Amino acid sequence: MKKLINQVDDIVSEMLDGMTAAYPQYVKRLEGLEVLVRACGASEKVALVSGGGSGHEPSHGGFVGKGMLDGAVAGAVFTSPTPDQVFEAVKAVNGGKGVLLVIKNYTGDVMNFEMAADLARDEGIDVEQVIVADDVAVENSTWTTGRRGIAGTVFVHKIAGAAAEAGMSLAEVKRVAEKVIANVRSMGMAVNACTVPAAGKPSFDLAGDEVEIGIGIHGEPGTHREKISPVNEIADKLLEKIFAEGIYSAGDEVAVMVNGMGGTPLMELFVANKHVHEVLGAKGIKVAKTLVGNYMTSLDMEGFSITLLKVDGELLKFLNAPADTPAFVQC
Amino acid sequence: MPSEIVKYFIIIGSKISENKDFLTELDREIGDSDHGINMARGFKAVTEKLDPEITDIGAALKKAGMTLLSTVGGASGPLYGTAFMEAGKVLMGKTSLTPADVESAFAAAIAGIQKRGKAVRGEKTMLDAIIPASEAFSRKVSEGSDLAGALEGACESAREGVEYTKTIIATKGRASYLGERSIGHQDPGATSATLMLEAVLEALKGA
Repeated sequence: MKKLINQVDDIVSEMLDGMTAAYPQYVKRLEGLEVLVRACGASEKVALVSGGGSGHEPSHGGFVGKGMLDGAVAGAVFTSPTPDQVFEAVKAVNGGKGVLLVIKNYTGDVMNFEMAADLARDEGIDVEQVIVADDVAVENSTWTTGRRGIAGTVFVHKIAGAAAEAGMSLAEVKRVAEKVIANVRSMGMAVNACTVPAAGKPSFDLAGDEVEIGIGIHGEPGTHREKISPVNEIADKLLEKIFAEGIYSAGDEVAVMVNGMGGTPLMELFVANKHVHEVLGAKGIKVAKTLVGNYMTSLDMEGFSITLLKVDGELLKFLNAPADTPAFVQC
Repeated sequence: MPSEIVKYFIIIGSKISENKDFLTELDREIGDSDHGINMARGFKAVTEKLDPEITDIGAALKKAGMTLLSTVGGASGPLYGTAFMEAGKVLMGKTSLTPADVESAFAAAIAGIQKRGKAVRGEKTMLDAIIPASEAFSRKVSEGSDLAGALEGACESAREGVEYTKTIIATKGRASYLGERSIGHQDPGATSATLMLEAVLEALKGA
């Protein structure tokens, strides 16, 4: 394993200090905690807290700032943060209007954030939660953990963040977040696995000409592997699963995200994006906004995910609202 | 000199630490490659944070549970944390344990894990080792075994439970994303639970 690190155990803490050094105008670190909050402190509006394991940068700390998150909690690499850390984040950002937790649907994340919500409610803080589960690679069933939350989470940060900034109540912000969740779907694939620093080797093994379809963002293996094909064909397969949801049809407006997994050249993401636009155009689906880049990564994994979000007037207004964060700036 | 209960936690911690890479490798196959790393970090914190002179077994378990909750993360943190805290509640004030105490601690721990994880037996989780272990423990006690004998039976059933997890599809936790591809792999959580029971037995025999 070759990594630009010092001690494996210090990665998350050193990363957070490096982020605050880079963006003092946006974020500060809560002392002794793995939590980034807005540099200007709590404000009198609904606050949004998200987070999860580290290794998904710029998620989630990179989206702390005006118009998006108020706090982000960083766990160990690919490991949910603990309840005490989330609880401290909630307390720090609460401006009296309540706090919405944006949780990605993983067993650990849900348990840790729910325990934190219980602790916060015991202290009289109004806390609500939404759970993002946008990954169509995983079948949804009462009998499983359910779908994973992946890149679509960034749309929840953006849109619910704008709703909170606009002065909506906690119940209203939650409603808007849930509307995003109901209309957002994603699917990803990997050309190469990622290497968790503490584990020291790739999280799965692929032959030279193989790709893994349906991967998550933690190096967990996908639904199947196959021989590599041109990116247009790979994008077609991902889109086919997303379209099978029956959410997106001719005449609809969508936002598109072509998200890099961390080790993918932007060049390749743009190539994929060109085809995604062609496919949507041929289906009569209008693209209202496009994001291409590294938003929800998986360390050094090579690969990408496609996310579609069906938007109505309300969601589009919040999607296009100003945001000013380290990793997402929009006038 | 650390107290008896602290010695048990030191032995559990060493066992987890010795098996750190093994547990992580199991998790690499069907999960996200961090189980051993997280558990080793958690139990290292437990041995550091426990008052070496603590003799109240319930209080020690509760403290251990709270420490695991704030250091392990992932799903294992809340699950093992809850298990130890719930077991600690029923053992509060005790400085030695009868087989009946252990039975009620098992029951409280299992109920806690099930409530927190919303899981039942047969879903390829730690419960597939812990529930059979608890049942075997009670059976051995009713047959007249002493603590060590009953615990030996519990370890044996836990190991069988780990073998059983190789034959079933995961429907809880991250391995559930793999569906049928999870068959053939043993569950890392069932494995770590079994290692802990084995460590307790070793500690008991050495005491």
